[in-house]
Amino acid sequence: MQQATAVALRARSRRHPGDAVFAAVAKLSGLFVLLLLGSLIVTLFVGGLPAFRRFGLGFLVSDDWDPVKQVFGALVPIYGTLLTSVLALVFAVPVSFGIALFLTELAPQWMRRPVGTAIELLAAIPSIIYGMWGFFVIVPIISQDVQPHIIDTLDGIPVLQDLFAGPPFGTGLLTAAMILALMVVPFIAATMRDVFETVPAVFKESAYGLGCTMWEVTRSIVLPYTRASVVGGIMLGLGRALGETMAVTFVIGNADRISTSLFGPGNTIASIVALEFPESPAGSLKLSSLMALGFILFMISFAVLAASRALLRPGLKASA
Amino acid sequence: MSASATSIPNSRLGNLDEPATGDAARAARIAIRDLNFYYGTNQALRGITLDLPDRQVTGMIGPSGCGKSTLLRVLNRMYDLYPGQRATGEVMMDGENIIDPGIDLNALRARIGMVFQKPTPFPMSIYDNIAFGVKLHEKLSKSEMDDRVEWTLTRAALWTEVKDRLGASAIGLSGGQQQRLCIARTIAVRPEVILLDEPTSALDPISTFKIEELIDELKDDFTIVIVTHNMQQAARCADQVAFFYLGEMVEVAPAGQLFTAPREKRTQDYVTGRFG
Amino acid sequence: MSGHAAASMAMPGPARNLAVSRALGRRRQRVSLLVKGLSVAATVIALLLLASILFTLLWRGGTGLSVAVFTEMTRAPGSNGGLLNAIVGSLIQTALGTLIGTPIGLMVGTYLAEYGRGSPVAGAVRFVADILLSAPSILIGLFIYELVVEPWGGFSAIAGSLALAVIVIPIVVRTTEDMLRLIPATLREAVMALGAPKWKMIVLVCYRAARQGIATGILLAIARVAGETAPLLFTSLGNLNWSVSLTKPMASLPLTIYQYAGSAFDDWVQLAWVGALLITIGVLAINISARLLLRVEK
Repeated sequence: MQQATAVALRARSRRHPGDAVFAAVAKLSGLFVLLLLGSLIVTLFVGGLPAFRRFGLGFLVSDDWDPVKQVFGALVPIYGTLLTSVLALVFAVPVSFGIALFLTELAPQWMRRPVGTAIELLAAIPSIIYGMWGFFVIVPIISQDVQPHIIDTLDGIPVLQDLFAGPPFGTGLLTAAMILALMVVPFIAATMRDVFETVPAVFKESAYGLGCTMWEVTRSIVLPYTRASVVGGIMLGLGRALGETMAVTFVIGNADRISTSLFGPGNTIASIVALEFPESPAGSLKLSSLMALGFILFMISFAVLAASRALLRPGLKASA
Repeated sequence: MSASATSIPNSRLGNLDEPATGDAARAARIAIRDLNFYYGTNQALRGITLDLPDRQVTGMIGPSGCGKSTLLRVLNRMYDLYPGQRATGEVMMDGENIIDPGIDLNALRARIGMVFQKPTPFPMSIYDNIAFGVKLHEKLSKSEMDDRVEWTLTRAALWTEVKDRLGASAIGLSGGQQQRLCIARTIAVRPEVILLDEPTSALDPISTFKIEELIDELKDDFTIVIVTHNMQQAARCADQVAFFYLGEMVEVAPAGQLFTAPREKRTQDYVTGRFG
Repeated sequence: MSGHAAASMAMPGPARNLAVSRALGRRRQRVSLLVKGLSVAATVIALLLLASILFTLLWRGGTGLSVAVFTEMTRAPGSNGGLLNAIVGSLIQTALGTLIGTPIGLMVGTYLAEYGRGSPVAGAVRFVADILLSAPSILIGLFIYELVVEPWGGFSAIAGSLALAVIVIPIVVRTTEDMLRLIPATLREAVMALGAPKWKMIVLVCYRAARQGIATGILLAIARVAGETAPLLFTSLGNLNWSVSLTKPMASLPLTIYQYAGSAFDDWVQLAWVGALLITIGVLAINISARLLLRVEK
């Protein structure tokens, strides 16, 4: 039966050139997408080649950024990228977990959709808006109220006072991390909420039946059951945080040195590319260095996003 | 395997011949009086009045949707998890009304355990599955916990099968073993009452047989309530059987009597298969 | 069983003393209550911050709203300029980017759903689309710069639109594939059984059946690219003069906001807020309508 249908279909497509054309267009467009990514990677790499050739692997660990001497190093922006993103997760993961728990267990039914939508709106707000709000609203608050307070409290405590030292400008690595955290919360929270809802009720009821509290059920049943997807969602948030440009550019302070203090200025790969590009003539070593940085950022993001996808695809597909 | 090998009745249908509760009426472990239950505005249980005798097996039968599972879930306040579900009336245990909002749910669920239709092994080792519930209610040393785990798995007729792999994941067990594990997990907490919601409907006949044997042994220590859609199972396992229909309890009688000489016509129609 | 074990095996059975259980229970409930409280707090904080963003936009942006914003071009500080060319530029580039990216995304999504199920090439395409979906948009700007701007010798609106198109593609791919996959096999088989060629089944039946979902995807893509700044930095560059030429640099709202917000001029900063308000209103409006569209579909 299937054989006959297949034969008939093949015969049909011979009579309908439209089928062959359409199929060809579809397949070509698929290949086009592959080509797109490939050329993206190649372009960044080729553009950064002069810098890689000139500085070698030392590029990755050099903290120089000197347009006059034409010496550029990637360490400062790589450090800033990794630090702000990881710190952003430190803030974002517990908050996202709390939101997911609220939406799945605590909120009354009528409240769930509106609150869920509101959280998702956080993801829809463009990056530059976060940058402006961060710079004009949050930075002054941090500068006037939060930073002096922390600096005073930690005064005299050996390691901590250096970690939070510096003039209270309000900008800096920590502020950037906090803005980033707010930006990735909706992604992580939405993923968590979606997978928490896939846990079959009978498992939770079994635990409640033994006398568990809501927290115990979440910790011992829900989280282990959804572990892979939760980590995948967190990595998705990380992937987004790594590439954020405009929000970070406004508040990170644009430094060319690594700061030991979290209140100190810094740069991420994205922000340094945005800030230094206008003064990078075509074909210059500086531009090439920026391209090289772009390539590095892409590699890091690629790895994180690929890992996230590997963890998320099975889990959510099972629930679909 | 079991020390009570000699106390299994000669015939598994022995209950049908024995008169109701030979050694005087057992006290009611739980006394249900005029219980009503609502899913929102829909009334699922009407005026249920029933005694659950101490250390006996009470079977609950009836067609789908008759309310038997609903009643079971009232007994351990499982409906608390779902807003919009509520109960009125009295469910008395040791002088306290279980339905009362002031009841300590944690202690209640330590005294009344539940096993579900689908086996629900927790994503942890076999040992930890058992220890998990115990830790909620008791502080035991390592060796005490080891003893408890061994006792529990022995009582649940699982010890010889798993004693060499207590650290293995419980998910790797067969369906019948998983369900026995769930029963073990429930008795590890030392409850007084065990609620079984169609515990063997997802299992093969051999596992079903083993679990029915298990129920027969467990009733020496625990009061058991079993919901089943399988009348033969109710006949085999239960001391008294209650027949439910459309949210009402139509009749309750000793197992032998309910199946051979029911009082109500609806019961008669159901047990003879006039409707299912 | 050993003799020792057999003796102790008789022991447990129902517990008689629940004091320990109750004490433990009270402590465990307190912990759970704490977690619940923190969860509520986390949600409240996130919502308050969202409210702060929206309120700030309305207040700081709203106070600068005037007809001039929509009728005057960007001008030097102190000259009562507006945002006209930026608004127009954004509209043009967003529209063009969507126009270029949507058909490609549609075809790729169709490929994945209709022709490529199970093939490794399709798996690779799906993977790549997922990566592009979340890839840093500034890198897309760099990519188009190297590919288009440098060889061409100048910044242009086309380059900007192409960068936006690259962002549109994966969004449309994802929604198209998801929506097409939802169409039940029975419907497809019924159409094919009538003797229709495959491409007609897809275009006339599947697209129609999935049209609301696909439209939602396009709307979400528009909302996303309307607010993007980074990809435009190195492609269309921005333009303080009036220009609708596709081969020259073109202004856009995000770029103008970026330039104005970082400046030292009060009226420029004010206009930046107005621009921010306009973008946010536009983006949220599109998002909410996309959601409503999806709900109607369900």
